[in-house]
Amino acid sequence: MAGGGQSSGASQSNTFAPVRLWLLLPSWVTLLVLVLAPVSMMALYSFLTKEFRGGVVWEFTLAAYDQFFFDRGLFGDAPPVLQWTYISIFWRSIWQAGLATLLSLLIGFPTAYFIATRPQKHRGLWVFLITIPYWVNLLIRTVSMKFLLRDQGPLNDFLQATGLISEPLAIVNTNFAVQLGLFYSYLPFMVLPIYAAVERYNFALSEAAADLYATRWVILRRIILPSVKPGIIAGCILVFVPSLGSFLAPDLLGGAKNFMIGSLIEEQFKGNAGNWPFGAAASMILLTLVMIVLLIFARQQAKGGN
Amino acid sequence: MAMRRYDLRHYPSFKAVTLLCLFVLYAPLLVVTAYSFNASASITNWEGLSLRWYVEVFTGADSDKFKSAARNSFVIALVAATVSTAMATFAATALLRGGQFRLRMLSFGLISLPLMVPEIVTAVATLIFFNAIGVDRGLLTILLAHIAFCIPFAYLPISARMQGIEATYEQAAMDLYATRAKAFGRVLLPLMMPGILSGWLLAFIVSLDDFIITNFVKGAGVETLPTAIFGAVKQGIKPNIMAISTMLLGVSVVMVTLSWLISQRDTNK
Repeated sequence: MAGGGQSSGASQSNTFAPVRLWLLLPSWVTLLVLVLAPVSMMALYSFLTKEFRGGVVWEFTLAAYDQFFFDRGLFGDAPPVLQWTYISIFWRSIWQAGLATLLSLLIGFPTAYFIATRPQKHRGLWVFLITIPYWVNLLIRTVSMKFLLRDQGPLNDFLQATGLISEPLAIVNTNFAVQLGLFYSYLPFMVLPIYAAVERYNFALSEAAADLYATRWVILRRIILPSVKPGIIAGCILVFVPSLGSFLAPDLLGGAKNFMIGSLIEEQFKGNAGNWPFGAAASMILLTLVMIVLLIFARQQAKGGN
Repeated sequence: MAMRRYDLRHYPSFKAVTLLCLFVLYAPLLVVTAYSFNASASITNWEGLSLRWYVEVFTGADSDKFKSAARNSFVIALVAATVSTAMATFAATALLRGGQFRLRMLSFGLISLPLMVPEIVTAVATLIFFNAIGVDRGLLTILLAHIAFCIPFAYLPISARMQGIEATYEQAAMDLYATRAKAFGRVLLPLMMPGILSGWLLAFIVSLDDFIITNFVKGAGVETLPTAIFGAVKQGIKPNIMAISTMLLGVSVVMVTLSWLISQRDTNK
């Protein structure tokens, strides 16, 4: 993702080849020590025994994963039965992230298309307008969304004043509020790749189709959408992946009933009540899910490139 | 060929969707900004314009808490952005001006790692790591975590800029007997400055923005602005929170606009 592996002509220069390892050393050390080592340590912790005050005892066990998937009764001696508590939290997260991705696509595609068909010199400004809110603190954005949507909030006041509704709409603490929050969190990730793809689309193809009596919507469905598909897939992945592990939108907009993976993990590390190995195991499962999605994506992109 | 009666590229409903999109993006922010100037102590009624909540932020009961949180946030963002930008600049020089070598692809992967691992997973992993090696959680642990995840954000604009600079500049300098350090410092670095500046600004905002990782690796009693705001919001949205949010929002918008203007001026040259 960062800069990608595509090497342009300029990158073949080797002026700084003799010192390249020294130049790389600071970032390598930082990322190895502060990202790769911690993730490995987390993988290790997920196989350790839980300590009651938070933390771990250094004894190897599969208990954390076992607890995630199976129910062995109150005393742990009953035959294992598949238990749905945690699996369903994961399933709900996947579902919520999926719907948020769909919402982002439904709004993001027309937006990206509209921007990409503006005159060249205005496009930068439009893209800028779409991305500004993304750079505003995520917490503040989510709180603002909650403030706007709450039962006595400005949106409900406005709708009641215009007489469209008589009772306030209860939006906060619903699944829809979470999806809206996720949409708000990651929309530019949907718009930007689609925008880039539409910008490269050759409109002579649309002309040709129209000459053969295709209507505008047929052109959109049969020609434009297939051409910009890589951009759409990239946008969906970039929204889906962070949505899956998000914490703020479900926590602030969803309430207790709309628990997602992020909150499940966070709870295991709060105060002394948590279960670190279980939290580490849940994180490992989330990380595995995300890596699978990214791998499928990478293979798709590689196929598209050839 | 006959002229078509309409523009083929144009889908009338798409403009409406775009405007709806902008509305959804900006409405919450504008509403909170407006209500931060509300004279009323209740968040539901509007009682006219007032700056009382801004005064409250600086002099009220919670002002010490928020001042120290703001100081922590800005110091961490300043240091984390500067250190990660320096690292990203060196890394970009090695990866884009260091020829082909075996660690090159691996380095791209390592640098994008913080973007691929979900934030909550990084948070958990970092907490476990500091705990396992016995480091007390506090400002330093927050700073170290921030430096790590800021690297890719600083790297992206820097490498984009560097890809646009011909290698002939520093080669010419070397041909004229500049040392490698001078070719870097006097030739390449000034050319890269717009990218470095945007990278620094993005890293600064990303650090200032972070809640999840900070929440995990901060020690008890150490707060940054997002964690302090989150704690306060858990007790309900108060007008003083909206005033703080508006100020922070202003900082982000100003910095992003600066970053954008730098890149605009750069492409128009």
